Amino acid sequence: MTTALNGEQVARRINKVSPGAVVASDKAAVVVTSESLFKVAEFLKNTPALDFDYLTDLTAVDYTDYFEVVYHLISLKHNHSLVLKTRCHDRDKPVVPSMTGIWRSADFQERETYDLMGIVFDGHPNLKRLLLWEGFVGHPLRRDYL
Amino acid sequence: MEIDKYSIAPANELDVAEGLRINSLMAASAHPIPDPDSWIGEELSRNVLVTTVDYVVDWARSRSLFPLMFGLACCAFEMIGMATSRFDISRFGMDIFRWSPRQADLMIVAGTLTWKMAPAVKLVYEQMAEPKWVIAMGQCTISGGPFRESYSVVPGINRIIPVDVYVPGCPPRPEGLIHGITKLHQKIVKESISKA
Repeated sequence: MTTALNGEQVARRINKVSPGAVVASDKAAVVVTSESLFKVAEFLKNTPALDFDYLTDLTAVDYTDYFEVVYHLISLKHNHSLVLKTRCHDRDKPVVPSMTGIWRSADFQERETYDLMGIVFDGHPNLKRLLLWEGFVGHPLRRDYL
Repeated sequence: MEIDKYSIAPANELDVAEGLRINSLMAASAHPIPDPDSWIGEELSRNVLVTTVDYVVDWARSRSLFPLMFGLACCAFEMIGMATSRFDISRFGMDIFRWSPRQADLMIVAGTLTWKMAPAVKLVYEQMAEPKWVIAMGQCTISGGPFRESYSVVPGINRIIPVDVYVPGCPPRPEGLIHGITKLHQKIVKESISKA
């Protein structure tokens, strides 16, 4: 059984490396700023004690005030997991750094999130619609769609 | 040994008259009566059956439908169930699901059709050779079902291709689909090649 790491403990370790990165943290998840997301992700992957080498799920939630991008991480070696989140408040152009350089599986999932939620992943090599067709107007999983 | 006289009943007039009738019929029936089609000739009369062209063509078409393997969503499992030995569509001459639209003449659209898939469905339908028929199976195919208001689902396959038989259900059971196929048979036998 995969052990879910305590978000508060991981947040403390992140704060040591990049102070000010963590916005909020509780038992379930760690929320970091989108500016420091790439650095935090690198830290989570390359630290031997954490070793998050596998991104199982990448999705986004629309809270109307802001978008929250959610990353579900797993370490195959240590068999533990972590939920990493980041928020973007600009509804017109929400930008989050792309994770494709760190986890290859982020490629299609970021395209899907862009397709349905309209979040732009900065640095993605091929950011275009995945499920819907080219020319579709809007991003249907947003709360203000229709 | 002498036959006991009392064991044989004496012949009455009715029995004698019946025996005479049978004997005279036997004598008159020494040779077979010629068939009414003897004017056709010996060779032809054994090989010709008179009927209408429509009847034969419709009979052949309806009894040898070749369905196209075309499952879009969960309804496809009921369609596969219909093809298995329990429900056995071989009874209707529909032995094999065809993978190529060139070899099929019945398209069972089973499942939710999205707008992204719609051009492919239209293309496959156009690739099928005439005559061809379409069965819309399940609520999603018929009207979009619960996803009718959705941004990505076609609200009814009849916006893309013409439909012959609608089989409602979510999903319809294999019996329901077989019922739809028998309805299609009834439709095919009413067709006429002169009108087509």
